[in-house]
Amino acid sequence: MKNTPTLELCGISKAYANGRQVLSDLSYTLAAGEYVAIMGESGVGKSTLLNLIAGLDVPDAGEIWVDGVELSARDDDAATSLRRRHFGFIFQAFHVLPHLTLLQNVALPLLLNHLPLDRAKQMLSAVGLQGREQDFPRQLSGGELQRVAIARALVHRPRLILADEPTGNLDPDTAQEILQLMRAEIKANDAAGIIVTHSQAAAATADSILLLTKAGLHPLNPARSHVS
Amino acid sequence: MYRNLLSRWLLQGEWQAHRLQIVAALIAIALGIAMGFSIHLINTAAVNEFSAAVKSLSGQSDLQVRATQPTFDEMLYPLLAQHEGVAIASPVLEIQVAVPAKLEDDRNNTLKILGIDVYRAITITPDLVGVPEEGRAFDMLSDDAIFLSPAAMEWLEAKQGDRLPLRLGTKTVTLRVAGGLVRAHAGQRIAVMDIGAAQWHFDHIGVLSRIDLKLKQGIHHRGFKAALEKELPAQYLVTETIDQERRVHNMSRAYRINLNVLALVALFTGAFLVFSTQVLSTLRRRPQFALLRVLGLTRNQILLQILRESSLLGILGSLLGLGLGYALAATALHIYGGDLGGGFFSEIKPSIQLSPLAAVLFLVLGIGVTLLGSLLPAWEAARAHPAPALKSGSEEIALTKLQTPWPALICLLLAVILTQLPPVAELPFFGYFAVALLLIGGIAWMPSLTALLFSGLFRVFNRLTAGALTTLALARLANAPQQAAIALGGVLVSFCLMVAMAIMVASFRISVEDWLAHILPADIYVRTEVRQDALGFTPQEQQVIAATTGIERIDFIRSLQITLDPTRPTVTLIARPIDKTDPGNTLPMTDTALNSAEIPPEAIPIWVSEAMVDLYDYRVGKRVALPLSEVQQDYIVAGVWRDYGRQFGAIQMQLSDYQKVTSELQVNEAALWLQDGVTPEQVMAALKVLPFGDTLTFWQPNEIRAISLKIFDRSFAVTYLLELIAVGVGLLGVAASFSAQALRRVKEFGMLRHIGVTRGQIYRMLALEGGLLTGFGITIGFLLGGGISLILIFIVNPQSFHWTMQLHVPWQWLIIMALAMLMAAALTALLAGRHAVAGNVIRAVKEDW
Repeated sequence: MKNTPTLELCGISKAYANGRQVLSDLSYTLAAGEYVAIMGESGVGKSTLLNLIAGLDVPDAGEIWVDGVELSARDDDAATSLRRRHFGFIFQAFHVLPHLTLLQNVALPLLLNHLPLDRAKQMLSAVGLQGREQDFPRQLSGGELQRVAIARALVHRPRLILADEPTGNLDPDTAQEILQLMRAEIKANDAAGIIVTHSQAAAATADSILLLTKAGLHPLNPARSHVS
Repeated sequence: MYRNLLSRWLLQGEWQAHRLQIVAALIAIALGIAMGFSIHLINTAAVNEFSAAVKSLSGQSDLQVRATQPTFDEMLYPLLAQHEGVAIASPVLEIQVAVPAKLEDDRNNTLKILGIDVYRAITITPDLVGVPEEGRAFDMLSDDAIFLSPAAMEWLEAKQGDRLPLRLGTKTVTLRVAGGLVRAHAGQRIAVMDIGAAQWHFDHIGVLSRIDLKLKQGIHHRGFKAALEKELPAQYLVTETIDQERRVHNMSRAYRINLNVLALVALFTGAFLVFSTQVLSTLRRRPQFALLRVLGLTRNQILLQILRESSLLGILGSLLGLGLGYALAATALHIYGGDLGGGFFSEIKPSIQLSPLAAVLFLVLGIGVTLLGSLLPAWEAARAHPAPALKSGSEEIALTKLQTPWPALICLLLAVILTQLPPVAELPFFGYFAVALLLIGGIAWMPSLTALLFSGLFRVFNRLTAGALTTLALARLANAPQQAAIALGGVLVSFCLMVAMAIMVASFRISVEDWLAHILPADIYVRTEVRQDALGFTPQEQQVIAATTGIERIDFIRSLQITLDPTRPTVTLIARPIDKTDPGNTLPMTDTALNSAEIPPEAIPIWVSEAMVDLYDYRVGKRVALPLSEVQQDYIVAGVWRDYGRQFGAIQMQLSDYQKVTSELQVNEAALWLQDGVTPEQVMAALKVLPFGDTLTFWQPNEIRAISLKIFDRSFAVTYLLELIAVGVGLLGVAASFSAQALRRVKEFGMLRHIGVTRGQIYRMLALEGGLLTGFGITIGFLLGGGISLILIFIVNPQSFHWTMQLHVPWQWLIIMALAMLMAAALTALLAGRHAVAGNVIRAVKEDW
């Protein structure tokens, strides 16, 4: 299992409902523990690619393998189950449930995976929110909300973190702080990570940067990634 | 365990954050269930009590022999007593007498006296045997002794040894209270005396009301009954206790079912409120559910979570409703008695009995309705693609399916088709379904109609360069028509029901007023205190009355109850002078009648009420038989008249014909037309000094009209109450949906405040939106309500109560209600929005949901 890549995309194609082709025959392999940034113009399909990887959308052609399991062939419930165990998500709009406390928000993946809840508190401490477990999201700033989201994304030790513009709503200082925290936590948890961003500064925190164009994924710097 | 914990967290968070909506939904469910449950409890208590009372009067008799007329010749008794197969025969005479001490109570001043042969009754109906004072056992046979049930004792404030004056026709008899009927049914107001004494005192010599039969062991009841029916002449009826119970059941069935349907309407309105609350709540939480899907909750888990929340709401609301319903039923029984003003169970005093099965049924109904209200939004939320659902603004896409007008149009078409179908088991079930479908179709059509109207308005106003506020309000309504339509639903349902009920009640009331004016043409009506069937004014008394000065014309009227079908309530036969050439001068005719040339000489013409056509198929021109004499006589239905007084049927015939057929010359009532310049008071004073003057009661048409309309209003009191509750629930729905929408628009309001729109302007915008929406809802509600009222007037009423009425629209009342509703809804929208607008502007734009 050690040599099994965390993610393998094999000849993925996807068109929008209006017929516009966004991804064509895209292949890529992400090794375990690897952290990459994907950049590209608006509308090129970055978020679509993340949705496909997460099993939230289905490719028109091609296969997606997560930890040696083919995701694209699974039905919705099986894909959901895989996503629950193997993925962590961080969004631009934070998406923290407003009526749950911070501790409850972070503990959600643990509950869903039937894991002990103690780690939620540890993760909140790890992202610098110790002592605020019983606060509600409305009492937090944007940066703090994103810290909660990072804690939630990593709390159940997922194999792959998917972050979609995680600092898009934050000021540069806070953004940098969050990015460093995210990288540190991903590395500390031995997870792989994909960050989709427009920001050069954000992308620079990844191990490698990929550019998504109509032609596919291209490395922007020498890296350990394997682009075909 | 973990799943339960997550479920609890989500539920607690949601309910704590939206207490108002939850409380509104709980109240809606609770009110709906409370109405239905309380009416069920009251109906069941009344019917059970009445059946129990009937059983206690029938005792352990196997069969009862009655006549189609109230009394029959007692010569039948020895024949039956000696009949092979009969173990014991017990003769009974039932007399309804007036209690002079209670005459002020115009509605209920009568006491039922049962004359029994104690030696026979002790075996068959032991509950009817009086308990005399110690050492006075022969009081049971004494000719001046009467035994009262505990309820009668209490009502008359009488005790053993008291003298009790009682009146029948023009005769007053004073009897001694010799004891009680300790085993009489609770609340049952009856008296018992020796049958011979009763016949003698109350001029019923030689007649009986019924004979109770106890059959010998081994005799097959049904077989004996069939044989006896063949053996006896046609005017005798052989019945079992169950026939009487069925008769009681039939008598009040339509009224009870109509009340139940009204209660269900309240529940339906509640269900709609739950639906709109759930739709808006699910829409608001759509991104949250999408996140949970992203984090790993399956579709079914999301669906189950929403349904779990709804069922908890349903359980709590229904339990609350059951408690409230019980309390309401107990209070209503205490205040109104078992008939809720309908007049069907006025002789009994029912007590409430909680049936666990009924409680469970209503609980299940409440939960079911709530779940049904949540199913569609829950299904949509679970099926939604998580990625697009995470983005704000996806809600309107979720509702686009609602914009298809076809399901609505199919419902409306089906409703029209159902109105053409006949009643089932004499009840307008298809009419009720048509009302429900019209309501559902109307609501389902709202999204596409709203889109059509407000998009058009938006285009027109844009061209006219309207102000910013109007543009904003119209843009919102035009571009989020589905959400607007959901908020509109509450207004629509409640106003539509209000319009339907108002038109129906107004039409009914005005028709009753017109009818009363037609049937009461005389200046004064005179009758004895109790219109007992066999007694009233003797021919001599009639002559004395007619000879009174000041009277220009006098019509004597004889009315009595006859039985045409033992399982149905009795039919009223009214014999009076009728204008043969134009019966419309005497009766409120509804249809073409036979003219005198069309009536064959050998047949006696009768004019029947609309109920007779429905219940007995007495159509114009039909030859029928009536149980008025032993000699066979042909009667022909010469016309149909409208009767709001007797829903189980009435027949009118010429008094001369009646007297010829029956040889009976006594009458119950006289209608007097006065000479010019003579006042009613002068004639009444002259009649009062007659030898039997103190037994007469006088009614002037305006008094009868006032009393009839008072009874009418009392009968509809429960209807008004249910209608008010439906409107209250509807307004609650408006408040809940507007406040839910306002909460979802916190970000929008925050943005508007940032770009310089004042709070006051936002309030005005909200009031404008609320006003426009309500105005539209009221218009559609009026049209739908009008349609429903037509079904109620022309389908439900004739099929339930067997009478027709003319359509009258109470415009003034409806306009006032529309304006009140418009203001209430605009105010509700404004108040609901205040909370959302009053929040922190900076935080509002940062909210991520």
